[in-house]
Amino acid sequence: MISQIDSSALWEIIFLTLQVTGTALAISAVLGIPLGALLAFTRFPGRRVLVALVYTGMGLPPVVVGLVVYLLLSRSGPLGSLGWLFTPPAMTMAQAVIALPLVIGLTMTSLEAVDPQLRLQLQSLGADRRQEVSALLSEARAGVVAAVVAGFGGIISEVGAAMLVGGNIAGQTRVLSTAIVLETRMGEFEFALVLGALLLSLAFLVNILLLRLQHRIPYWPGR
Amino acid sequence: MSEPVFELRQVEVTYAGRTVLTVDHLEVREHEALVVVGPNGAGKSTLLRLMNFLEPPTSGEIRFQGEPVRFPVPLALRRRVTTVFQRPVLLHRTVFDNVAYGLRLRGLEPAALTAALLKELDLGSLSLAQASSLSGGEAQRVALARALAIEPEVLLLDEPTANLDPFNLGLVEAMIQRLRAEGRSTLVLVTHNVFQARRLADRVAMLHGGSLIEVAQAAEFFDRPRDPRAAAFVRGELVA
Repeated sequence: MISQIDSSALWEIIFLTLQVTGTALAISAVLGIPLGALLAFTRFPGRRVLVALVYTGMGLPPVVVGLVVYLLLSRSGPLGSLGWLFTPPAMTMAQAVIALPLVIGLTMTSLEAVDPQLRLQLQSLGADRRQEVSALLSEARAGVVAAVVAGFGGIISEVGAAMLVGGNIAGQTRVLSTAIVLETRMGEFEFALVLGALLLSLAFLVNILLLRLQHRIPYWPGR
Repeated sequence: MSEPVFELRQVEVTYAGRTVLTVDHLEVREHEALVVVGPNGAGKSTLLRLMNFLEPPTSGEIRFQGEPVRFPVPLALRRRVTTVFQRPVLLHRTVFDNVAYGLRLRGLEPAALTAALLKELDLGSLSLAQASSLSGGEAQRVALARALAIEPEVLLLDEPTANLDPFNLGLVEAMIQRLRAEGRSTLVLVTHNVFQARRLADRVAMLHGGSLIEVAQAAEFFDRPRDPRAAAFVRGELVA
């Protein structure tokens, strides 16, 4: 097997994959769950358009996101001064943009699926707004965790955006998905398959961890 | 005569231009059991939602203990009233957690009171059961227990026994009778059931077609109803 990747480089790639995807997922969850709740629980002019945009965003082609983020971060772009292009933060940014609509949209639909009478009954028991939303999120936790899992699935294996804004630079921005592309182009199909199996195993492990959360999310209404 | 806890004056509720409730004047007196009767669509549940501050009237005034209620209602005031709904929706948690919910919201230690209520409503053995595994009657008793746990000044009951078998109905009514006897809460009970109204009412208010058509002491309402529709209800006839 001839490959540019030795074992220490492989660990680096795995670590960077987890770092970029994990950070992007955390950002999309922190922003997406409250935004999904907001869309589920409030009615305002333009909400339908916003929901349509979110649904459209759920199908965003990663390569298009990569292109837009590339243009934003390129030297002449509005965010060029950040100097992020071809760095892990650029990849994180692109992946967060891909995952965010998935988390928002699926959180919203899972909250909307909770019995609307429950909301009224929580209010009747004296829940304030925060306690009410917390209880409803807890009720919809299977759907909310599924939203995060979907977000994770949308970015762990994407290659278009990571390649465009990261550049697949060895030791700097090479992640598992871009490494697979590289190995395939070099004709190292066997090693590409090994990397593919690693990527799948990683995704499987993370999904197992996320799904365990469905049953372990603490539930304390608080004051 | 005790002071009114609630007073509704010239209250009207309309949805999309359709008036669903009109109450010129209605008082709920402290520690009484006011039973609200009337056919489907009479506005009974709407009345309870107003009294639980879950929605504002389209027009008119609601007074609570003499003070006008302004919407949105402050949390402290909202927490003095609660409702047991006809169709209880419980959290996907244990029975204990459901009953303790209102106490935890208030930052109160729930263990002792919750355990006592569960025992009283014959739910002690189900304390650790998942709420989703309960029968309809058990779920309604849990809903009653979670409302009682917060010791509301006003307890609103929206047809709480409508779907219950005689055993569960007996348990729920016994608890309501106990509350009446203790005189700690003011009760407003909505029911279709003329016999239940007779058993539980200090006073009766009848709604029909969204309007309050009669309010009277229970004895007067059942013995000498003024409105022909109230008379028909008392006789057990169908009131359309």
